[in-house]
Amino acid sequence: MSRGRALRGLVLGVVGLGLIAPIALGLGQSLQAAFGILPALDLRVWSLEPWRMLLAQPGFGSSLQLSLLTGLGSTLIALVLALGFCAAGSFGRGPGRLRWLAPFLAVPHAAMAVGLAFVLAPSGWIARGLALAFGWNRPPDIASVHDAWGLALMLGLVVKELPFLLLVIASGLAQLPVARQIAAGRALGYGPGVAWIKLILPQLWPLIRLPVWVVLAYGLSVVDMAIILGPSNPPSLAVAVVRLFSQPDLAMILPASAGAMLQAALVVVCIAALWGAEAALRLLGRWWVPRGGRGMSWAPGLRLASGAVWALMALASLALVSLLLWSLAWRWSFPLIWPESWSAAAWASPSATWGAALYNTVILAAASTAVSLALAVLWLEAEADLPRAPWAEALIYLPLLMPQIGFLYGLNVWFLRAGLSGGYLAVIWAQALLVFPYVMITLSEPWRSVDPRLLRVAAALGAGRWRRLLGLRLPILLRPILTAAAIGVAVSVAQYLPTLFMGAGRIATLTTEAVTLASGADRRVVGVYASLQAALPFAAYAAAALLPMWWHRNRRDLRGGGV
Amino acid sequence: MRFPLFAALSLLLATPAMADWSQTLAEAKGQTVYFNAWGGDARTNAFIAWVSTQTEAQFGVKVEQVKLTDTAEAVTRVVAEKAAGQDQGGSVDMIWINGPNFLAMKEQGLLHGPFVASLPNAQYLDLGPASAATVDFTVPVDGMESPWRLAKFVFSYDSAKVSETPETMAGFVDWAAAHKGRMTHPDPSNFIGATFLKQTLIELAPDPAALQQPVTDAAFAAATAPLWAWYDALRPNLWQAGASFPASAEVQDQMLNDGEVDISMSFDPASTAAAIKAGSLPDTARVFVPKAGSIGNISFVAIPYNAAHQAGAEVVANFLLDPATQAHMQNIEVLGSFAVLDAGKLDAAAQAEFAALPTAPALPALADLGPVLLEPHASWMTRLVAEWAQRYTK
Amino acid sequence: MFAPITLRVAAGGVAVVMGPSGVGKSTLLDGIGGHLAHGFLAQGRVLIADRDVTALPAETRRIGVMFQDALLFPHLSVGDNLAFGLTPTLRGRSQRRAAVEAALAQAGLAGMYLRDPATLSGGQRARAALMRTLLAEPQALLLDEPFSKLDASLRAEMRQFVFDHARARGIAVLMVTHDPEDATAAGGIVVEL
Repeated sequence: MSRGRALRGLVLGVVGLGLIAPIALGLGQSLQAAFGILPALDLRVWSLEPWRMLLAQPGFGSSLQLSLLTGLGSTLIALVLALGFCAAGSFGRGPGRLRWLAPFLAVPHAAMAVGLAFVLAPSGWIARGLALAFGWNRPPDIASVHDAWGLALMLGLVVKELPFLLLVIASGLAQLPVARQIAAGRALGYGPGVAWIKLILPQLWPLIRLPVWVVLAYGLSVVDMAIILGPSNPPSLAVAVVRLFSQPDLAMILPASAGAMLQAALVVVCIAALWGAEAALRLLGRWWVPRGGRGMSWAPGLRLASGAVWALMALASLALVSLLLWSLAWRWSFPLIWPESWSAAAWASPSATWGAALYNTVILAAASTAVSLALAVLWLEAEADLPRAPWAEALIYLPLLMPQIGFLYGLNVWFLRAGLSGGYLAVIWAQALLVFPYVMITLSEPWRSVDPRLLRVAAALGAGRWRRLLGLRLPILLRPILTAAAIGVAVSVAQYLPTLFMGAGRIATLTTEAVTLASGADRRVVGVYASLQAALPFAAYAAAALLPMWWHRNRRDLRGGGV
Repeated sequence: MRFPLFAALSLLLATPAMADWSQTLAEAKGQTVYFNAWGGDARTNAFIAWVSTQTEAQFGVKVEQVKLTDTAEAVTRVVAEKAAGQDQGGSVDMIWINGPNFLAMKEQGLLHGPFVASLPNAQYLDLGPASAATVDFTVPVDGMESPWRLAKFVFSYDSAKVSETPETMAGFVDWAAAHKGRMTHPDPSNFIGATFLKQTLIELAPDPAALQQPVTDAAFAAATAPLWAWYDALRPNLWQAGASFPASAEVQDQMLNDGEVDISMSFDPASTAAAIKAGSLPDTARVFVPKAGSIGNISFVAIPYNAAHQAGAEVVANFLLDPATQAHMQNIEVLGSFAVLDAGKLDAAAQAEFAALPTAPALPALADLGPVLLEPHASWMTRLVAEWAQRYTK
Repeated sequence: MFAPITLRVAAGGVAVVMGPSGVGKSTLLDGIGGHLAHGFLAQGRVLIADRDVTALPAETRRIGVMFQDALLFPHLSVGDNLAFGLTPTLRGRSQRRAAVEAALAQAGLAGMYLRDPATLSGGQRARAALMRTLLAEPQALLLDEPFSKLDASLRAEMRQFVFDHARARGIAVLMVTHDPEDATAAGGIVVEL
């Protein structure tokens, strides 16, 4: 028992000091700057001036409104579509039912945004298709990306968050006796869709609440996707804050910090609002469910949601294909549907271009995933003989709920003081902050669902703690562990701000290069980086799917499905 | 009697400098210089990679480009380091810099130097008081940054689609009215977008000389009134009715390539020819400049006060000024950026090297580019950008 | 949960615990085996051949357990499952292999060393699980409703197989069951909780 406690203490210490403390310190630093304290510029007096400066930024109100609209809007749309898709039973059954999600989960936000930008742009694929039909020779003068309402950004977020929510919902459903309860509902005369909503959804929600919050927090504070798809004049709040942080006028760090705090507050307020809405819906449900409506008319709406999901995934596929095509195109002018000439020039000299970025990306992904995985295994192993600690588990989610811009600048100052900034270590650390929670989320359910009697049998056979872990638990969990690793790799590859801030810009990854180049002229080069950026996590997913299949080729019980 | 004294004096002056330089070279050997340079242009990136191979072979100094989306990122990083008390061993060794970023760093005491005069290749520069190499946006360089490439504001267009281009900045109003939605400019928070406004300001301001002084409220109001009238007339006919702007000139180049607009702009006269060669603009793309000339300035490199590899950075800055490097840079097949050296100070061999460089249909001759208009004082740009944002950001 | 009890099982003997669901039969076995989940507190002592194992972790108590499911480790072959149990005191690759093959033969599983446990029949699995337990050379064996999932004909056969082997090796058996037939067949002490 005491060994378990010691292990838990160790893990908590590592998580607390390694993950939570940096965020708190970074937040503290930014908070001080938000109220006028910035010793570097010899500012040592508390003041509200940074906030006044922030409010006086041109377009500040529009930025805030835009963030709210895109963040809340994209989350709600993605959630409703994902729930509708599941309620309509569109997932089907069978072990491979989730596999098609993998490429969409794997592709980083920035790569998806670059691809979508090409598909949606006034001179993009869709417009080229229309041009062919209507004989246009010039792209229409419309704002189909970078639109002032942030619709393109919202679409991008929905496309990217949908697969994540579908996965989260599917793994929540796997814990519920869905088929039997739906059957019971239908036997009572309820339509399958409405039975799902009335019976399954209330049980499902507690299982997906935190991931939905994560999606909301992300949507409210996204930077890379907002740069590529969102409006620029004014941009969303998070982008405006990043811009303020990079103003030549150094005093702008003050309003930038105030903006970072506002961004954090925005997330808190929106999550609180979602919580409130949840409570209101619960009350409404208490009135609605006992009324006993059989909801036979719901079916078309649910089918519509399923259709929308398939349409969005088709759009996402087009976006991914366009990345690869552009990377291989030489000339591809409007209104041609297909490149007019081809060239591998953009791929040709990796040592001068993408080689180093790929190398850095792989190293960072491997290291941050390994660290996170080891930490997650220790955490879960410590759970074996101690009660679960919900408060500690909630802490793990903190880095996902906290907008990165809120703590990264301050954290960088602390890392600099400790002499850590600008190296691999700092970036791995900052990435692990965000990789660890995802690894934990992915791994904990499979870990806890291992039959405890198997471990008791092993103990009764004389196997000690480490042999039970290494000889039994880990091999049985090979597939989920590799899946968690693949997700870790995907999360690490996608990181933009942490790599930029903590690496002092010196550590170029595929993502930082793709976002930088997306502001440049050569779409073909961006295509190379974005393709690689999407390919790397995809390769990790493929390995996570194929390796256990080969390893356990003669073990029927372990050849299950899953992503 | 006087001659030996003079010789002795010059020896006194010269020897320590030479000794210093060999000391710098010795110190630099084995260093890796982190060159923080805007990374949006693949050809510039490739040129910097080439510089690294050369300096490594010749001086044992490697150059690692830290690709920035915005030069201010590097400034912020140095500030953060100063905030953390890291006055040595900083992560930024060298920055591609000008204008407001230079002014900010110089004012905050964040730069190393003066170092330019001690570079052996500074002998090829025109360092006279009125030279473009000694004044950056009217801010005296004072040896705190070293020039490396010439920038001159030009417009680009597709000659297959556009037959007539505006001859003056004022002429853009009529052009845009005749070609509704076919023209825009980068967001003024971007350097090129701001330059578009400054170019017009210089043409329209009642007293252009006032722009060389730091801005005042009165001067600003007087000088910019015609500009805003012009812009209000232009804006409704811009791309997307002037509600949205490309984030950078590179994005606008892409829009030109995609046919979304008919005009783009650049601070590099050779960029259009280079883009054609790279397949990222149609073969028919060409360059034009307003008759009265356009803004020109020189791009510099500066070294932060806390740079970990100051010696290495000086060696690289010096290498950038080598006539052979400058000729290589001006080669349209490499970078196509005009050299910053004073042609009169080059020897015959170097001059021949420049004369032998290849040319391209879209590459303007220096003579086609018209007079160089001086950048306004840096404070004007900051003020102009802020005022534009106030007026046109809702 | 239940009233304090004292239970003594002779080596090779069988004791049976019966009682309604939820009374804590399985918890009693967990306490003896050292598998109590957190939140449960056991008072009392567990002695094996006068050795007090109360404070020891499960892996050093030398008390085997079997459940209604065979619980063969799904990632190991049938033979490796047995080898997992085989006492580490037996050394040498070929000797260990021989011991496992012998045990397989005893269980009527000769030649199935490399088989995937998932492909065995219910009875084969149960016998493999017993052999795995016995190869660890336990001094006592806890059976938690071990035969309840087998069909009637297999049940009697398996019961006989387990009791015979336990008796032959002098292992004290404690069985929890719902099935009065189990109790009768065991022929030992019956405790009602």
